[in-house]
Amino acid sequence: MTTTSQAWTEEIVELAGTSVQLVKGGSGEPLLILHDEMGHPGWMNFHEALGQNNELIIPSHPGFGDSPFLDWIMNMRDMAGWYLEALDDMGVGQINMMGFSFGGWLAAEIATMDPGRFSKLILVDAAGIKPPTGEIFDMFLVVAKEFITESFLNPEGTSEFATICPEEPTPEQAEYWEVAREQACRLSWRPYMHYPALPNLLSRLKNMPTQIIWGREDAIVPLSAGQVFNDSIPGSQLAIIDNAGHRPEIEQTDEFVRIVQRFLSG
Amino acid sequence: MFIGHFTERPYQDEKSGYFGATGKSIRDLDLSNDIYDPQIGADLYNRYLDERVYAEEMGFDGLMLNEHHSTPFCMGGAMNVEASILAKITKKAKIVLLGNILPIWEDPLWLVEQLAMIDMISRGRLVSGWVRGTGRESVAHNAPPPYNWERFQEAHEFIVKAWTEPGPFRWEGKHYNYRYVNPWVKPYQKPHPQIWLPGVVSEDSLKWAARQRIPYIMLATKLEPTKQAFQIYHDTAKEEGYKSGPQNLGYLWKVHVDETEELAEEVGRKFVQGPSNPFLAGNEGTANQALMKLPGLTSRRRVLPTMNAATANRGGVLSTSYEEQIENYTIVTGTPDTVIPKIRHILEELRPGSIFFWDGDGAMTHDDQMRSLRLMGQEVIPAVREIAKELDLPSSFDINPATGAPFEDTPAIAEVAD
Repeated sequence: MTTTSQAWTEEIVELAGTSVQLVKGGSGEPLLILHDEMGHPGWMNFHEALGQNNELIIPSHPGFGDSPFLDWIMNMRDMAGWYLEALDDMGVGQINMMGFSFGGWLAAEIATMDPGRFSKLILVDAAGIKPPTGEIFDMFLVVAKEFITESFLNPEGTSEFATICPEEPTPEQAEYWEVAREQACRLSWRPYMHYPALPNLLSRLKNMPTQIIWGREDAIVPLSAGQVFNDSIPGSQLAIIDNAGHRPEIEQTDEFVRIVQRFLSG
Repeated sequence: MFIGHFTERPYQDEKSGYFGATGKSIRDLDLSNDIYDPQIGADLYNRYLDERVYAEEMGFDGLMLNEHHSTPFCMGGAMNVEASILAKITKKAKIVLLGNILPIWEDPLWLVEQLAMIDMISRGRLVSGWVRGTGRESVAHNAPPPYNWERFQEAHEFIVKAWTEPGPFRWEGKHYNYRYVNPWVKPYQKPHPQIWLPGVVSEDSLKWAARQRIPYIMLATKLEPTKQAFQIYHDTAKEEGYKSGPQNLGYLWKVHVDETEELAEEVGRKFVQGPSNPFLAGNEGTANQALMKLPGLTSRRRVLPTMNAATANRGGVLSTSYEEQIENYTIVTGTPDTVIPKIRHILEELRPGSIFFWDGDGAMTHDDQMRSLRLMGQEVIPAVREIAKELDLPSSFDINPATGAPFEDTPAIAEVAD
């Protein structure tokens, strides 16, 4: 957990029958952010930038960080069902939602279950669909650091890489990753990182303004999966960010923030 | 005392380039099976079965098999197939499976049936061990690692119920679901074959065994951490209100006996040559860290004292030399005269009721194995039986581990009619 300012707070709240670690920061129209398979990475530059116009609401999903896992959540649709009740309990009303990778898959599942709940949807290098060409990189056949490194096109040239993936992670950081990997594994071991029916279910989002964002050189979830998302969600738009891998929000923060802000304000 | 024989049945192919400790890396998951030679495979499967028949002839009480997947160091990818053949071609020895990897089975009813058939055909000679498997097993059969321990326990409960309770019944579990459980084969032994649990790493598993009064077999670890782990078993038994003893514990380690000290050393060194188990000292293939850290496979905290001994300093470095292993008794080689006192020392230290001599492995040839088996039969086994009597080391076939009392009727081993 790192921070570039004290523009955010962290608390434990009770939601949908469990305690949840909740980070909030920035001000403006609320934006629910669903973190990826390695957990909330800490308050990064893109959070700081988006926080200028939006209140960011970043829960740690049950089983990640300090949010205990729930025994009955055994797949992504269970998790999506839990989230809908958690949003009821948060009393946020209709809200914008953005998900990264595994969190993008989760966002897509949640949205298909209750599209009226969300004003706009942003999916960033989202898992959840079996790519027609290439394969989703197997995060469980490498160790955490190797996976995070693989997520970047240019780790050496990315200033925040060392923050996300320090050369010598602290024991707390290493344990945070292992907890995240374990919960990601519970929900996505097989079929690996996708749900076969998701492309069909996505047609329910026909009235939902949806922005899909992909790093052109994503080595974790191939761009071809992004194109299936785009084809499956009527009216969606796909923005491809050059010189970025699986984490365009970190590698090309300015471009990423510009796309998100343009979409949210449009 | 129960004395068993074990080998991992390595795939030995000198052409492969990984034969020998200085050969190329055989890092887990990095080897392709495109080099597999069916002639070699056929010869080796038959050789290992022949050696088991001879081991029985030489007086071993048990023939132990294990199972691993997608690796050359153990050819027993479908161990129950080998066990089925042994059920018919051997006559007296127990067939000790250590063990079936419960969590990787999607349909444990098949295990209920296969094992009961082996017990039938062998007329009650099956010892049915369970394991949780290493990372490569979960990956090879695509079983979700975070549910490994839950699936293990549920499969065990299901199998025991299917073996012991009249069908049909339904099973609506968390991981397994059946609408009609009524297998038309039940075990020969009543209430069911003994279930044993081998292990090295997980404290959860060892304590579970102690709570279920299931014998625990420690695999090829140093004496001191093994003693500590056995003490955890004894302490757990005490908490459960019973007194555990040698009948609850077993130990497996490497033993090779030969005609001269020189020959014994020359062949003994072959333990640390040839296709290597990345988890075993002296000849490790490079351990794949990702497999060792497969998420949720075992608790990151509740590990046994033997775990560090078994998995420390991995990374392709030959961390424990042959000489060190001779020194710390994890390898015992020599002529019968030098081997027997060393076995006595191990029995005095650990007090197991069951032991397994792990032999004929690494780069050892068929002739190496046959000489050792002959000398074990002629000299070592009879001497070890005497020592075990003197030290009072009953096996789980002498004292019922479920009751702590002698079996009312010694379970008869029925001779198969010729």
